[in-house]
Amino acid sequence: MNGVHDMGGMHGFGPIGVEPVEPVFHADWERSVYAVSSAIGPISDWTLDADRHSTESIPGPQYLNASYYEKWFISLCNMLVERGYVSAQELASGTSLGPAKKVGDVLKAEDVADYVSASGRSSRSTDTKPGFEIGQEIRTRNINPSGHTRLPRYARGHKGIIERIHGVHVFPDTNAHGQGEQPQWLYAVRFSAKELWGSNQPGRTDVFIDLWESYLEAA
Amino acid sequence: MSKSHDHHHHGEGSELPDIALRVKSLESLLIEKGYVDPEALDVLIETYETKVGPRNGAAVVARSWLDEEFRKQLIEDASAAAGSLGFTGRQGEHLVALENTPDTHNMVVCTLCSCYPWPVLGLPPVWYKSAPYRSRAVADPRGVLEEFGVNMPDETAVRVWDSTAEIRYMVIPMRPEGTQDWSEEDLAQLVTRDSMIGTGLALTPDQLEAAKTP
Repeated sequence: MNGVHDMGGMHGFGPIGVEPVEPVFHADWERSVYAVSSAIGPISDWTLDADRHSTESIPGPQYLNASYYEKWFISLCNMLVERGYVSAQELASGTSLGPAKKVGDVLKAEDVADYVSASGRSSRSTDTKPGFEIGQEIRTRNINPSGHTRLPRYARGHKGIIERIHGVHVFPDTNAHGQGEQPQWLYAVRFSAKELWGSNQPGRTDVFIDLWESYLEAA
Repeated sequence: MSKSHDHHHHGEGSELPDIALRVKSLESLLIEKGYVDPEALDVLIETYETKVGPRNGAAVVARSWLDEEFRKQLIEDASAAAGSLGFTGRQGEHLVALENTPDTHNMVVCTLCSCYPWPVLGLPPVWYKSAPYRSRAVADPRGVLEEFGVNMPDETAVRVWDSTAEIRYMVIPMRPEGTQDWSEEDLAQLVTRDSMIGTGLALTPDQLEAAKTP
């Protein structure tokens, strides 16, 4: 979707405010949002891609005004209600008003270490061959899907070179919308800054973007 | 409309207690429903506040500076190399290490959200997740570097990596001069979080000394 989350190349957001010594969390509620979002992972019936789409679907003005963990909180609440884990009334009151949804094993304290270090690889095995080879020139398609996509606006309709082949990975554009993993070949594609932004770039600058095969066509 | 009128009178910081209350309310609801275990929440927080952080990545970089075999493995398969030091897991399943050289400087961003290699760097800092960095890193990386106090000469190629998939990138900064006889532990102290995102360089011995002096 062409939302405000797709920020590459935008102007007007001001300087990068760097905190010299930054704590991992800035408040207890941030700790809670982080922990609850992580702990819900093992019993959630939605994908990480659906989660990301939920965050980018926060209305633009609210997205831009919310802090990072506020966005996590808004997105989590939306998912919990949408998927029937809690009702809007329960969310408003903070009290359970009916039976819980049937879920699998809840994450226990003694299992956190294993859970944190466990692998959730997005690569999938395949018997297909990649459609493009390293060094090949491609052009990104000019697509504007209203759903989740990983082809940023700033990189649409541009020429690039295949730099790396990452293997076959789950396709977020379908996986975010309950349409299955539909894995595809994934590439790191190199774009010159001149191609993306015009000629006023000092020195040699390139931008590399990880892109799925269906975003690309032979140049 | 009356709501925005009310807010007008609350002044600075009025949003914070509100969100704190709402989060508390959600947390207790989820505990009551049996979806989350409060003890697990505490362990999750402790893990990312004390165990998983940029010291992990610094150990990986320092090892690569001293051990050529390890360096090769890191370039070949960074998940396996970091995993051999015990750094595996969520948001690091497909780790790729990008080596800075005198000719090439690498820098990592996630323009669409906040993708970041958790097992080696921990949770990302606020600026990494914020609009100014996400918008400008791809279009004006040299300007961004200047804002971080790094003046990259025009002769050095700058490579920006936009993490749009599940591949997680970490930068291997160049080893500073004057560190020939240093131990792995001492070298790791030179490796800052920003040097592994690519918005900084590894500290020089002098900079480290200055940072230690109160």
